[in-house]
Amino acid sequence: MKGRSFAMLVMGVCTVYILLPVWWLVVAATKNRAQFTGTNPLWFADFALVDNVRELLTYRDGVFLRWVGNSIAYTGGAALLGTLLAAMCGYALSKYRFPGREALFNLVLGGVLVPATALALPLFLIFSYVGATNTFWSVFLPSLVNPFGVYLAQIYAGASVPDELLEAARLDGAGEVRTFFTVASRLMFPGLVTIFLFHFVAVWNSFLLPLIMLGDERLFPVTLGLYTWNTQVNQLPELRGLVLVGSLLSIAPLIVAFLLLQRFWRNGLGTGAVK
Amino acid sequence: MTARAVRRRVPHKGAITFFVLPFGVLFALFFILPVGYAVVQSLYKVERVGTFGPAREVFGGLTQYSRVFSDGPFWSSIGRVLLFGVVQVPVMLGIALLTALLLDSGLVKAGRFFRLAFFLPYAVPGVVASIMWGFLYSPNLSPFTAVTSRVDLLSADFVLWAIANVVTWVYVGYNMIIIYSYLLAIPTEIYEAARLDGAGPIRVAWSIKIPLVAPALVLTTVFSIIGTLQLLAEPQVFRSFSSAVSSTYTPNMTVYSTSSIPNFNLAAAFSVVLALATFALSFGFLKITQRKGWR
Repeated sequence: MKGRSFAMLVMGVCTVYILLPVWWLVVAATKNRAQFTGTNPLWFADFALVDNVRELLTYRDGVFLRWVGNSIAYTGGAALLGTLLAAMCGYALSKYRFPGREALFNLVLGGVLVPATALALPLFLIFSYVGATNTFWSVFLPSLVNPFGVYLAQIYAGASVPDELLEAARLDGAGEVRTFFTVASRLMFPGLVTIFLFHFVAVWNSFLLPLIMLGDERLFPVTLGLYTWNTQVNQLPELRGLVLVGSLLSIAPLIVAFLLLQRFWRNGLGTGAVK
Repeated sequence: MTARAVRRRVPHKGAITFFVLPFGVLFALFFILPVGYAVVQSLYKVERVGTFGPAREVFGGLTQYSRVFSDGPFWSSIGRVLLFGVVQVPVMLGIALLTALLLDSGLVKAGRFFRLAFFLPYAVPGVVASIMWGFLYSPNLSPFTAVTSRVDLLSADFVLWAIANVVTWVYVGYNMIIIYSYLLAIPTEIYEAARLDGAGPIRVAWSIKIPLVAPALVLTTVFSIIGTLQLLAEPQVFRSFSSAVSSTYTPNMTVYSTSSIPNFNLAAAFSVVLALATFALSFGFLKITQRKGWR
């Protein structure tokens, strides 16, 4: 029984470490400016969350909502479309033999090792060459490319789509593209959710690319917006509360989504184990 | 049709083009082209005619690279992230491994709750996590005044480790889940055999589980090495909380501040050197572990 208490103690301490900052953020977001200091930081004072949210959403003509919209477009859009592109390419790499296949696969594999931040500066130079920096597309288009997704899709296609099934579909006269969308993509679906999640997190966390590329505040994703506000806290103290409420609002839906989709994470992260 | 053309005909050519082309074009434009462009840009330099004459780009050979290698702040930022990695990566992966083993040992109740709780920070982007911890470290706002009133966690001596804590907080659960999923894939018959031979749970963990999850540890270490060398968002946010974090605190911050001077050629050279260093380190680690037969 000593082992059991030790195990629960370790897990308990770690859980407090993980959850306490989030708890603090939740509590802090509900306090008005006067009570933010001077009251117990880990317990509620007057419940002012609604007022705080209203102030956040109306501040500077509601720029925060615009950032949220941008983030949904950058992150959700790029992850959805990027997953589709990666699935198609990975499927082709797994199921067809064509000239240049090896070369493409090796390039993709090499691409997995290139850190995304190393690309931010040259991407900026290329976009400024064509005069397209500080646009939505300058962040969105590079965010579509996910070599790791292609690599995973190639594994998933090999593991979950039997060649016999494709032969049967061919005998039935179904076209290759139609077979992919009606049969193969369904079999690959759990894997595709994992690719989507990885892609989503990568774009959601990407910081250097929008930081270098964007100057117009109205194009910012929510992370860059909160970062800019945080750099101005010393000049504009009212921003401090807004930064915290904004942080809470931007992560809360994601945390819920992540927890609901955790099954896919475990399956996806375990692919290496069964390989 | 000649015999040669028949042999080279690829079945389903149209479909393959349809599948590969969209990703292929974007990959070429926004991945391969930038890599090449960075290398090309790093070989150029800006020259002026006279002191006030118009600036123009001329081929500079390895001029930028010699500047990179004599740039003191850049190399101290490399040293800083290496020190960061040598301490933070083992601590984080140690906690991840210990908690994954505990979850797998059957000693822990409510394993599902712990897995969910640990994984939660992974949904928090580095910028938001740093803002949150930055407030928690600030002496006049922190709930942990017992600590922050005695030790200034944002001073030059401690801020690197304050940032290390943020990174650990975000990624420890993610790494735990990776290791745990490898543990789940071990067939349980192995444990039965060990138990019959009289091995206790600690012995089983040490002699069977840890060697079998070594590939997961190698994988997570490589990801962590790459992440450490690329550190940017966290220290960049901490500049608002601590004057000890300079604009060249990490290599990527050097790239950013050099490009906003603007000196694009030098920034491109920094980028190339950093990408090569990252590749060399993660590749070197893989090679060393392969030679030791951990994979």
